[in-house]
Amino acid sequence: MAEIELDGVTKAYPNGVVALQKVDLKVADREFLVVVGPSGCGKSTLLRLIAGLETLSGGHVLIGGRDVTRLEPAQRDIAMVFQNYALYPHMNVYNNMAYGLRNRKTPKPEIDRRVRETACILGLETMLERKPRQLSGGQRQRVAMGRAIVRSPAAFLFDEPLSNLDAKLRVQMRGEIKRLQRRLGTTGVYVTHDQAEAMTMGDQLAVLRDGRIEQKGSPLEIYRRPATAFVGGFIGSPAMNFLDGRIEEGGRKLRVAEMFSIVLPGAGLPEQEGRNLTVGIRPEHFKINGNAASVELPVELVEPLGGQTLIEVLFGKKIVTVSLDGAIAIKSGDRIPLSVDPAQLHLFSLENEVRLDCIAA
Amino acid sequence: MVEHRPWLTFIAHAVLIFGAFILAFPLWVAFVASTQSAVSFNQIPMSLLPGGHFIENYSAVLTRGVASAGAVPVVTMLMNSLIMAMMIAVGKIAISLLSAYAIVYFRFPFRKTIFWLIFITLMLPVEVRILPTYGVVASLGMLNSYAGLSIPLIASATATFLFRQYFLTVPEELLEAARLDGAGPWRFFRDILIPLSRTNIAALFVILFIYGWNQYLWPLLVTTDPNYYTIVMGIQRMVTVADATPQWQLVMATVILALLPPVIVVVGMQRLFIRGLVEIEK
Repeated sequence: MAEIELDGVTKAYPNGVVALQKVDLKVADREFLVVVGPSGCGKSTLLRLIAGLETLSGGHVLIGGRDVTRLEPAQRDIAMVFQNYALYPHMNVYNNMAYGLRNRKTPKPEIDRRVRETACILGLETMLERKPRQLSGGQRQRVAMGRAIVRSPAAFLFDEPLSNLDAKLRVQMRGEIKRLQRRLGTTGVYVTHDQAEAMTMGDQLAVLRDGRIEQKGSPLEIYRRPATAFVGGFIGSPAMNFLDGRIEEGGRKLRVAEMFSIVLPGAGLPEQEGRNLTVGIRPEHFKINGNAASVELPVELVEPLGGQTLIEVLFGKKIVTVSLDGAIAIKSGDRIPLSVDPAQLHLFSLENEVRLDCIAA
Repeated sequence: MVEHRPWLTFIAHAVLIFGAFILAFPLWVAFVASTQSAVSFNQIPMSLLPGGHFIENYSAVLTRGVASAGAVPVVTMLMNSLIMAMMIAVGKIAISLLSAYAIVYFRFPFRKTIFWLIFITLMLPVEVRILPTYGVVASLGMLNSYAGLSIPLIASATATFLFRQYFLTVPEELLEAARLDGAGPWRFFRDILIPLSRTNIAALFVILFIYGWNQYLWPLLVTTDPNYYTIVMGIQRMVTVADATPQWQLVMATVILALLPPVIVVVGMQRLFIRGLVEIEK
């Protein structure tokens, strides 16, 4: 049980690519941190630096208060689950789990006890004699988990462990990993590019972009108040819609896409008077009703999902996705009146994409 | 390709049977010849049915050897060949595994250069470097010894290259997982890499054993003591006897005996080899 701390961690590759830039990150004891970002943002590098599989170009890594920057992976007391599981193909499940313990000179009866206990937790008791190739994807995933758990390390590291599974299994394993981590109370860092995994699994979420942490917070915090337009667009599904906007009338009103105006909550954004900015609206925050603040828009495409209906409407020249609850009888070509609660608008500066908050009245 | 045309099946079988016949017939003739007496051997045409001197001829070559060729019993020569072939095959595999491991998994200066140097030696077969190699072996006093027979043939660019290619296909994550599991370089090599390479090792062993067994020119050069004669060069000595007719029925018996060990290795290893191929998993 330990906290993990990254202090000004920088990683530059010999070819000049900078994967991580002065990243500061703290994972509290027993916390499950999900690092999310698009491919190439440096999230895997971050994990490998914690594991010690790569050397840092600058900064420090601390695990449980101990500076492990210069230590070998084996000395860091961490365990990692790889995307392709990296099970030893020639060893059976038992030996796959026991290998790390044997290398640590754990006494035989102790190894046996721990392996069987872990197998029991993961429901692998009947498969101890099998080779990895005789297991299904989900079972291999469990063995990979088992190999991590059996050593009872200070922290688990997960490198996109679910991306090789089919959609249904992924949802199931998502819950299992989360439950297991809670139960064992081990600190965890989980890397993924899947925002649904990020939202559902993490106690804390760190959104990474181009080697920097764009925002860190609880999943709902990030969903409700994305710090930048990038975070807003990345977290949430279907993705946030972005429209052009302009602040008018002393910051009190927002003109959206030259089509309609919305009265901003509180005192609005007086400092932004007359400026253009980016307006972010989540698909699920549109409402269909005919009040004064609504605009009538033509429907381009309807995607009924049963529980909800996704509608693509033409907003000026832009296609905007709207998500409405339930199955709604609309067909393409119809015009629907849409409105948005001003409190659920996200406003971002045009220059640096940073979130702008309205001043309270 | 699955086709159901009777005449095609017929032709395919005819070609196969013809091919098998071409391969097997000389072996049959050699076997028949090895069972004849010196007199019946020289009858023209020679009988194509085995003669009655099987036990006589084989026990003669196995225990006494052929007098005109130095009278080394074939058993001794078989033993020598076996020792040489085993040393060459095992030595080549051990050295190649280690050098391929170094080249693939360790970063050291001139790694690429060293790999290419090894690779270039492919262009220098034994025959090309035979004189300098002989000089070295002679100065080291290794003539007429098993070391002299096998060590100069042990370095193998081919096997190094094959293992390198295989190691490159082993997923990087396995190494990383092993590092996290506390396995150092030696443990990773012993516990993960070698067991994973067992298919390749088996295949190479077959090839290299036969390579070693069939060595002819080199043993001929470095051995003058009959106790170190190998079977392949021994046959040659039986044929080129001075002032006498070669005793062909004995030569043929020796040939058949010389054939057996490689056949046993191929047949025995084939099962392991195929099982390994079926089990392949990355």
